[in-house]
Amino acid sequence: MLLSTVIFLPLLGVIAIALLRGLGASAIKGIALAIGLITFVISLGLYTGFNADTATFQYVTQQSWISDLGISYHIGIDGISLWLVLLTTFLTPVCILAAWNSVEKGLSGFMMSLLALETGMLGVFCSLDLFLFFMFWESMLIPMYFLIGIWGGERRIYATVKFVLYTMAGSALMLVGILVLYFQNDNSFDLTTLSGPFEHSDLLFLAFFVAFAIKVPLFPFHTWLPDAHVEAPTVGSVILAGVLLKMGTYGIIRFCLPLFPDAAEKFTPLIVPLAVIGIIYGALVAMVQPDLKKLVAYSSVSHLGFVVLGLFSKNPAGLQGSVLQMINHGLSTGALFLLVGMIYERRHSRMIVDFGGLSKRMPIFATVFMIVTLSSIGLPGLNGFVGEYMILFGSFVQGAFSKVYVVFATAGVILAAVYMLWMFQRVMFGTLDKTNEGLPDLNAREIVVMLPILLFIVWIGVYPKPFLSKMEKSVGLVVTKVQAAQAMGQLENQKPRDPKLALQGTQHIQHENHEKEAEQ
Amino acid sequence: MSKELIIVLLAAPLVGFLINGLFGKWLKGSEKLSGWIGALAVLVSLVCSIIAFTSLNGGAAPLDETLYEWITGESFAFNIGFRVDALTAVMLLVITGVGFLIHVYSIGYMHGDEGYTRYFAYLNLFVFAMLILVLGNNYLMMFVGWEGVGLCSYLLIGFWYEKQSATDAGKKAFIVNRIGDFGFLLGMFTLFAAFGTLDFTTIFDAAEADNFQKIFGASTLVIATLLLFVGAIGKSAQIPLYVWLPDAMEGPTPVSALIHAATMVTAGVYMIARSAVLYEIAHTGQVVAWIGVLTAFFAATIALTQNDIKRILAYSTVSQLGYMFVGVGVGAYASGIFHLVTHAFFKGLMFLTAGSVMHAMANELDMRKMGGLKSKMPITHWTFLVGALAIAGFPFLSGFWSKDEILHSAWGSSPLIYGIGLITAFLTAFYMFRLIFVTFYGESRVEPEVASHLHESPSVMWVPLAILAIPSALIGLLLGWGGHDSWFHHFTKSVFPEAHHDASGNVILFMIISSIVGLAGIAFAWTRYSKRVPSDEPTSAIHRLLANKYYIDEAYNALIVQPIKNGSHFLLWKLVDNGIIDGIVNGVAAIVRFIGGLLRRFQTGVVQAYIVSMVLGIVIFLAYYLFFT
Repeated sequence: MLLSTVIFLPLLGVIAIALLRGLGASAIKGIALAIGLITFVISLGLYTGFNADTATFQYVTQQSWISDLGISYHIGIDGISLWLVLLTTFLTPVCILAAWNSVEKGLSGFMMSLLALETGMLGVFCSLDLFLFFMFWESMLIPMYFLIGIWGGERRIYATVKFVLYTMAGSALMLVGILVLYFQNDNSFDLTTLSGPFEHSDLLFLAFFVAFAIKVPLFPFHTWLPDAHVEAPTVGSVILAGVLLKMGTYGIIRFCLPLFPDAAEKFTPLIVPLAVIGIIYGALVAMVQPDLKKLVAYSSVSHLGFVVLGLFSKNPAGLQGSVLQMINHGLSTGALFLLVGMIYERRHSRMIVDFGGLSKRMPIFATVFMIVTLSSIGLPGLNGFVGEYMILFGSFVQGAFSKVYVVFATAGVILAAVYMLWMFQRVMFGTLDKTNEGLPDLNAREIVVMLPILLFIVWIGVYPKPFLSKMEKSVGLVVTKVQAAQAMGQLENQKPRDPKLALQGTQHIQHENHEKEAEQ
Repeated sequence: MSKELIIVLLAAPLVGFLINGLFGKWLKGSEKLSGWIGALAVLVSLVCSIIAFTSLNGGAAPLDETLYEWITGESFAFNIGFRVDALTAVMLLVITGVGFLIHVYSIGYMHGDEGYTRYFAYLNLFVFAMLILVLGNNYLMMFVGWEGVGLCSYLLIGFWYEKQSATDAGKKAFIVNRIGDFGFLLGMFTLFAAFGTLDFTTIFDAAEADNFQKIFGASTLVIATLLLFVGAIGKSAQIPLYVWLPDAMEGPTPVSALIHAATMVTAGVYMIARSAVLYEIAHTGQVVAWIGVLTAFFAATIALTQNDIKRILAYSTVSQLGYMFVGVGVGAYASGIFHLVTHAFFKGLMFLTAGSVMHAMANELDMRKMGGLKSKMPITHWTFLVGALAIAGFPFLSGFWSKDEILHSAWGSSPLIYGIGLITAFLTAFYMFRLIFVTFYGESRVEPEVASHLHESPSVMWVPLAILAIPSALIGLLLGWGGHDSWFHHFTKSVFPEAHHDASGNVILFMIISSIVGLAGIAFAWTRYSKRVPSDEPTSAIHRLLANKYYIDEAYNALIVQPIKNGSHFLLWKLVDNGIIDGIVNGVAAIVRFIGGLLRRFQTGVVQAYIVSMVLGIVIFLAYYLFFT
C-alpha cells in the first residue's frame, strides 16, 4: 500500500489542481509543492522500512488486472529501484520550488504535467509486470511532450518531436520484445516469473537494449538530448537529466542483464567501446559548446557512458558504482541545470560569452556553482568521486573486458576537468560586463532549492555507506546471474553447452521468491 | 600518541575553514580576527604534530588506525584511516610549522584585500587536505588529500579571479595535475588487482614476501610504480608536466611559499618515499632519478634568464624537486626527504621575502626595475641572503647538507647523474645570486613614485621571515651532521628499506667539491651582475631559447591544446554530431516524409478520383481474369 500511495499521490495532486485551478496561482503552487513534499516524506518510509539483507522485491502488491491476458498490477522495489524512486520523489518538489516564478502561462497545466510525470516515472521504477512497465514508460512521454512543447524555447516543436520519435522508435522494438517474452512465459507479463534461457535471446536483448540505449543516451543515439535540453524549460531539463535518462540505465540493469545474461555477455565487446567513446566524445563535444545547457547536456552523455561501462563490468563494485552514479548524476547534473536556469532567469541568455566575472556580484551563487562543478568532475569528498571511482575500479580490477577501455575511460576524468573548469572560468571569473552588473545573488527560495542537493552531494561523498549497503544485495543478485552466464561462456569453449549452469542465476531468483512466499 | 590527537590535529584546520568559509561575511568587519582564527587553527595542528613527533622520537610505536569504512563491499574495502610513523611525523612538522608561519605572515600580507576571509578559508582547507595526504594509511586516502590540495591550489592560484592570467593559471594547474592523477588512479587499480587492498602496510608486507614475486612477477610492480610516478610528475612538476608551476606564481605570494614551494609540490617525493619498498623491488628508481636530474638541470637553465623574481624561484623549485627525486630515485630515501625539509624552509623563506619585496614595490616583480633594495629593506635583504646561501650549498648552511647527501648517493648509483647534478648546483648558485645582485645591490632603478613608498615590511611579516631564517640556516647542520649516520637518518630508518647502495668515496671530498662549485657559481654571478643589469633583449640564440623557456608552452599549445579544441569543434561536433548522426536521423525522417508525400496523393479527398480509380481497378481485374485465366 505504501508504495502505491507514493506512486499515485502525485496523480491525486493532478486531479486536485484540475479541480481547484480557479483558486489562483499561489494555491496551485502550494498544492503542487505540498503534494511533492508529502510524497517525498512518505517515500522516506520506503527507505527506513527497507530490508537490506535480501535481494527480493519488497513492498510488493499484486492485483489481477486484465486476467485473460495475464496482466496484473504488480509492483515492488528492490535495492536498485529504491534509490531511483527516492531520487524521483526528491527531485520533484525541488523542481516545483525551482519553477515557482518562472512559469508565465498555464501554471496549472505545468504543475499537472510535472506531477503526472512523477507518477509515470515512479511507475516505471516500481513495475514488476512488463505490460504495466510499458504503460508507464509510454505514459511518461505525454507530460514530457507538453513540458517541452508548451513551456519550451524557440525550437521546442522540433526538439519535442525529435525526443518523442527517438523514444518511440526504441519503445516499438521493446514492445515486440515484451510480446515475445509474454508468449515464452506461459502468456504472462509477470517479471518475477520470467526465467530464461529464452529463445532468440540475442534478438530480445537487442530489442530491449536499443530502447534503453536511446534513453541513456548511449553514443551514437544521443543527438536528441542536446536539442531536448536546450529547448526544455529548466525544470524539464532537471527531470530529463535527473530521472528520465536513468530509465535507460535502470532498464539495462533490470531487464537486459538479468534476463539475457548470455546475450549481454555476447554483446559486451560491442557495448563497452560505445560507452567509452561516449565518455570521451561527450566530454570533447561538451568542451566546445557555446551554450551552457548544451554543454551540460553533452556532459551527460559522458557521465552516462561511465554508468554503462560500470553496468557491463559485471562485478559488484562496478555495478554498485553505476547505480550510485545514477543518483549522483541526478543530483549534480540536476543541480547544474537548476543553476543555469537561475542565471537564465536573470539574464535571459545561456551563451557563455554573455557572462564573465559573476563571482563578484553573486558570491553565494559562485560557491554553490563551484561545489556542484567539483561534484560533477569527481572530486574526492563529494559524491561524484565515489561513483566514478567504483566504476573505474570495478571495471579495471574485475572487469570482463580489456583494461585498455578502462584506461581510456579514466582519461575521461581529465577531460571532465577541462570542460567544466573552462566553462566555470568563462562564466564566473574575469571582469564583470556592464550588462551583468545588476544581477542579484541567489534569493532565499533559490538557496532552499539548492541546499538539500548540496547536502546529499557532501553526504554521499563522505559517507556513502547508507546508500551502498541498501543496494548491495540486489546488485549482487544481478551480478550472480551475469557471472554465471560468463562462466558458461568460458566453458562453452571447452565442452558442449551445459544448461544447468545457465540456470543457476535464475534458480537463485526463484529460490528467493520461494523464500518470500514461505514468509507470507 | 592517540587516535584522538590525530583527529584534533586534522579537525582544527577544517574547523578554521568552516568558520571562515561559512561566517566570513560576518567576519569581514574585523579581518584580523579572521586571519588569526586561520593561524590559530594551524597552531593547534602544530602543537599536536609536535606531541606526535616527540612520542615517536621517544620510541613509541607508529599509529595505524582505521576511522571508518568509506567505500566498502563484499570484495573490496576502502577505509578512512591514518598512519603516523617517522616519515609522516616529519611531514606533519614541515606542513604545520611552515604553514603556521605563513598564516601569520599572510595576516599582514593580505591586509586590505577584498577576499581576506576567503583567502584564509582556502588556506585552512589546504592545510587540512595536505594533512590527509600525509596521514592516510592507504593509497586512496593519499589520493583524497592529493586531489584536495590540487583543488586548493586551483582556488588559490586563481584567487584574484578578475585577472585572466590568474584564472588561466589555476585552470592549467588543475588540468595538468589531473593528467598526473590519471596515472595515480591506474596505479592504484594495478596495485589493488595484485594485492586486493590499498593499505600501505599490507601491500608492503606482501610485496616483500617471497611468494609475491612468484605469483605476480615483478612486472606488476614495475607498471604500478611507474603509473604512480606519473602522478608524482604531475604534482611535483617534473618533466614533462612541470609547465603549470611557473604559471602558478599568479597566486598570492604566501600561497606560492606554502603550496608551491614547501608542501604540496613535494607530495610526489613523499609518495615515492612512502612506496620505497615497491620501488626497491621493481627497480624503477632509476627512471625516477633520471627524470629528476633532467628536470633539475632543465629548469635551472630556464631560471638563468628570467627576470621575474617569483618565476626564478618557481623554476628553482622545479629544479630542487628534481634533486629530491634523484635522492629517492637512487634509493637514498632519507636524503630525499631531508632535502624536502631543508628546501621547505629556505624556499619558503625566499618566497616570503619576495613577497616582502613585492609588498614594498607595489607588486612589481621585474628585478630590472629594482636594484639597491638592501639599504631600504635590510631585514628582507638579510633573510633572502640566508635562503640564497642555503640553496646555493654554502658550507654548513642547510642546503649544503641535504644536497650533498643526494649527490653523494647519486655518485654511487650513476656518475653521470652525479655530474649533471653538480653542474646544476653551479647553475643554482649562479641564478640565485644573479637575482640577489640585481635586486638588492647596485644602483636603484626603482621608479620614483614607488621609491617614495619603499619601506621595510611590518613586523607581522618580517618576524616570520626572521624565524624562518634560523632553520633555513641551521636545520641542515642540526639534523644532517654525520651524513648517513645523522640524527635524521636514524629517526627515519624504520620507514625506509635498507639502502642498497654503498656510500662510496670520501664524504669530505664530496663536500669540498660541492662547496667549491657553489662558491664558483656565486663568484661568477658576481662578475656578471654585480654592476650590470640583465639586458632587455636576448643576446644570442641560446639566450633567446632559454628566455622563452624552450617554447614548451607554445609547443604544447600548438600540438595538443589547439588540435583537441579544433578537432572537437569541427570534426566531432559539427561533422559527426550535426552532420553524420543527425543527418541520418533527419534523413530517415525525410525519407518517411517523402514516402508519405507520395502516398498522400492517393488520399486527395476528391470522390470522383476515388471512383475513377475504383473503376479502373475493376476493369484491370476483369481484364486479367478474362484474358489470362
